[in-house]
Amino acid sequence: MSPSVPLQEMIRAIRSARTQCEERGVIQRECAAIRAQFRQSDNGGRSHNLAKLLYVHMLGYPAHFGQMECVRMIASPRYSEKRVGYLGAMMLLDEKQDASLLITNSIKNDLSHSNQYVQSLALCTLACMGSAEMCRDLAPEIDRLLRASNSYIKKKAALCAVHIVRKVHDLGELFTPAARSLLAEKNHGVLHGAVVLITELCERNQETLERFRKVPGTVPDLVQIMKGLVISGYSPEHDVAGISDPFLQVRILRLLRILGRNNEGASDAMNDLLAQVATNTDSTKTVGNAVLYETVLTVLHIKSESGLRVLAVNILGRFLLNNDRNIRYIAMISLQKIVGTDHNAVQRHRGTIVDCLKDQDASVKRRALDLSLALVSASNVRSMMKELLLFLSSCPPELRAQAASGIFNAAERYAPSQRWHIDTILHVLTTAGGDVRDETVPNLIQLITNASELHCYTVHKLYRALLTDISQQSLVQVACWCIGEYGDLLLRGECQETEPVQVTEDDVLDALETVLQSHMSSPATRGFALTATMKLSTRITDNVDRIRSIVSIYGSCIDVELQQRAVEYNALFRKYDHMRFVLKMQSSVFCSGSNRQVSPLVFLPQVCDLLDLLGGSEVTLQPIPAVGGTAPGLFTNTSSTTGGDLLDLLGGLEPAPPELSYLIFSAAPTVQVYEKAGVALTLSCEKQSDSGLTVTLTASNSTDSDISSFTLQAAVPKVCLINRANSSCFTQSKSFFRLQVNLKMRIRISYSSQGSAFQDTVQIDSFPGLSAAGH
Amino acid sequence: MMRFLLLFSRQGKLRLQKWFTPISEREKKKIIRDMTSMVLARQPRSCNFLHWKDLKIIYKRYASLYFCLAIENQENELLALEVIHRYVELLDKYFGNVCELDIIFNFEKAYFILDEFLMGGEIQETSKQMVNRSIEASDMLQEDDNSDWYEVELFG
Repeated sequence: MSPSVPLQEMIRAIRSARTQCEERGVIQRECAAIRAQFRQSDNGGRSHNLAKLLYVHMLGYPAHFGQMECVRMIASPRYSEKRVGYLGAMMLLDEKQDASLLITNSIKNDLSHSNQYVQSLALCTLACMGSAEMCRDLAPEIDRLLRASNSYIKKKAALCAVHIVRKVHDLGELFTPAARSLLAEKNHGVLHGAVVLITELCERNQETLERFRKVPGTVPDLVQIMKGLVISGYSPEHDVAGISDPFLQVRILRLLRILGRNNEGASDAMNDLLAQVATNTDSTKTVGNAVLYETVLTVLHIKSESGLRVLAVNILGRFLLNNDRNIRYIAMISLQKIVGTDHNAVQRHRGTIVDCLKDQDASVKRRALDLSLALVSASNVRSMMKELLLFLSSCPPELRAQAASGIFNAAERYAPSQRWHIDTILHVLTTAGGDVRDETVPNLIQLITNASELHCYTVHKLYRALLTDISQQSLVQVACWCIGEYGDLLLRGECQETEPVQVTEDDVLDALETVLQSHMSSPATRGFALTATMKLSTRITDNVDRIRSIVSIYGSCIDVELQQRAVEYNALFRKYDHMRFVLKMQSSVFCSGSNRQVSPLVFLPQVCDLLDLLGGSEVTLQPIPAVGGTAPGLFTNTSSTTGGDLLDLLGGLEPAPPELSYLIFSAAPTVQVYEKAGVALTLSCEKQSDSGLTVTLTASNSTDSDISSFTLQAAVPKVCLINRANSSCFTQSKSFFRLQVNLKMRIRISYSSQGSAFQDTVQIDSFPGLSAAGH
Repeated sequence: MMRFLLLFSRQGKLRLQKWFTPISEREKKKIIRDMTSMVLARQPRSCNFLHWKDLKIIYKRYASLYFCLAIENQENELLALEVIHRYVELLDKYFGNVCELDIIFNFEKAYFILDEFLMGGEIQETSKQMVNRSIEASDMLQEDDNSDWYEVELFG
C-alpha cells in the first residue's frame, strides 16, 4: 500500500527540527493547517490530515480539535476515511468524552455493513472504547453476529462480547447460549474468542460457572480440543516452535482451572489431560515453558491427585535449574505462592532455592530471599541461617533491610539455643548494622537481660566486637550498654563459655571513651556510652575519679541531650552520691520500648518521694524474703515473696526525718539484740567499703533440745535497698548507701522446738559502730 | 487481560501506545513516564518481568525499540513474551525487516496490524497467516476506495 506522502513529509519535517522550540514551531504550523483543512468541506486529503493529527498527538501535543473530524470521517462512505476515522476515535475519544456518543449510530450501521472489513472496524472500535451505554445499545447486534456470520466476524464479535460483559455485567446472560455453541467451531480464532468469553462469563457469575460445569460436555469438550492440539500432527498455520497454537492451549488451561476449582468432578475429568500435557510438552523453548507454567498453575489450583501435584512442583523445581532467568523467576514466584499449602513438596527443592540466592539477577535474588525465609523451620534453622548470613554479607543494599529483619524473625521463632540466638543477632549487627530496624537494639538488650547465664559470654563478645569496629551504631550501642551493665564480669577475667579477656578498668574506660570521642558515633550512641561509663562507677573501684572527669567534660558538650545527661551525672557525684545505687537498678527500666536510655535522674524524684514518705506518711516497706533453714545466721535468697504479712509488722515504725549526711564507720563490735528461751540473736556491723556495710546476724541455741524450721525474716525501710545480687555469697550483705542516719530493722524469728512453734519479733533501732557525722 | 502496550526508543520517545481501558490523558502521560524510566533503567541481562502497582510489566528490547506490555495479575508472563514476539514477527512480515523508522513513518499501519492481532485486551487471532491476509485485503480495499467496494470473503 502506498504510504501517505503528506504525512511522511510532515514527519520528516518534525524530526529534522533540532530543538524542542523548533519542533513546537513546526507542529503549531501544521496544526493550524490541519484545522483549516478540517473546516473545509469534503476534500481528498481528509484522511491524511487526520493521520497527521494523530502523529502529533502521539508526540504529546493536544489534539482534541480533531475529535469531531473523527466523527465525521467514521460516517464517510469511503473505506480509507473510515479506517483512519476509527483509528482516531480509538486514540482521541474515550467513553468520558461526549463526542463518543455521536459515533454510536455509525457503529451500529457499520456493524451490519455488507463488507466484513467495515464491520471489523466497528467491532474493533466498540471493543476498544465502547461505553456502558453504547454496549447496552449494541449488545443484541453483537449477539446476532456471534451466531450468524463468517468466522472472521465471529471471532471479533466474541471479543466484543467480552468487552460488553466487562462493562455491563448483566448482559452476560445474553451471550451465554451463543458462547457455548461456539466451542464446536473449528476455527482457532473463533475457538480462542469463545474460550475467552466463557472464561469471562464464569469469572463474573457463579451461577453461570455452575451451569458450564453441569452442562454435560464443557469440560470434556475442552479436554478434547486440548488433546487435539497436544497430540495431533504438525499444523503449520498455528505452530510455534513445535507447539501447536500455544495461545489457545494456555487459554483452555486457564478455563479448565476455573472450572475445576473446588469441584471434584470437573477436576477428575481433566486429570489425565493435565498429566499428558505436563509430560509431553517440549520445554526447550519459552513457548513450551509458557504452556507448562499454565499447566502447573492449573494443577495446583484444582482438586488434583497428589501424584499430579508432586509432578507440578517438580516441574517448578526443574524451572529453577533453567538457564533462562525469566523461567527461574517464574518458578520462584509460583513456589512462593504454594509454600504455605505444599510446604513439604517445596522443601525438597530447598537446596536449589538457596543456590538462587547467589544469582546475578536482582529480581531472582529477591524472590529467593523471600522463599528461603519462608522455608526456614525448626529442623533446618542452623544450616539455613548459615546460608542467609552468607547472603547478607554480599547482598545488594536494597535487600539488606529485608534480609536482616527476616533473619531476626526466623531466629526468634526457631532459635535452638539462647547463645545461638545472641550470636546470630550479633553477626547480623556486625555485617549489616546500618540496615536493621530501630527496635533491634532494645529487643537485643531484652534478650541479653533474659539470658542471665550468658551475661559473661555476651559481654566478652561485645567487648571484643567493640575493640574491632565502632562504626556500626546498633552494635556499639548494645556493646556500651552491656559493658555498663556487666562490666564487673568483664573485669573479673574469667569466663566459662569463651576465652576471657584480661583487661583493666582503664582498658574498659578507654574503649568507652573512644566511642564517646569518635566522629563515627551518633548522638544516641554517645548517650549510651556516657551512661555506660557512669554505670561503671558503681561497679569498679579504682577509677571513679577518671569517670568523674569524663562526665564533667561532657557537661559543656554542644549536644543538648549529652549535656543534660552529663550535668545530671555530675550532680549524682556531688550532691546525691548516695543515690548512685540507682545506676545498679535493673536495666530493663532503661530500655522499655525506646531506643534511648532514660536518664537515671528521672528516678530521683521517685526516690525523693520515698524519703519524704519516711517523714511520716504511710510507708510501704520492703521486707527481705527469707527461707527457713537450720543453719543459724545464714540468709539465703529465695524467690518466694513472704512480704504480705510482714507489712503489718512494720506499721508503727516511725523513721526519723531524713538527713542527708554521711556515715562514718568504725570497727565492728557485736551486740546482742534478742534473747529469749535460750535462743539468742547477736548483731555485728562491719564496714567493707566506703559505700558498703555488712551486718551479720548470728542466731544461737543454748537449749538442750534441737531447733528446727528456723526462719528469720528482716525488714528495713525501703530507702535502704538491699543488694540481693550476691546470692552465692556466704552472708547476705546489706549495702546501705550514704543515707539517712537512723537505720532501723525489724526481725521476726520463728522456730519449732520440742514440738511447739515459737514466733517472736524484735526491733533494732541502733546499730553498733554506726554513728552519724555531720556533713 | 492486557492493559496497555507501549513502544518507545532508547531515548524514551514514544512510537506507539495502545490502551485497552479508558484512562485520562494526564494518567496516560504519567504511566508513559513511569514505564520509560523503569524499563530504561534495567540492566541488560535482567529478568523481563517487573511489578508496577497491581500489574505485571513484561518488556523486551528489539534492536532500538522497547516493547512494554502490561498485564493483569492472573495472566501468564511467559505467554505475554510470546505475544510481544508475535507482534514483532507480524510487523517484520509486513514491512520486510522492520526497523524503528518503519514504525515512525508508518505508525498508522502498525496500529492496523495490532488491531488485527489484539482486541479488547485479548488475543484476537492466533494464526500469523490469517492476520497477514486480513491486512493485505484491507489495504487493497483502501487502494480502491474510489471505485466500488470489493466483496472479499475469507475462507473461514
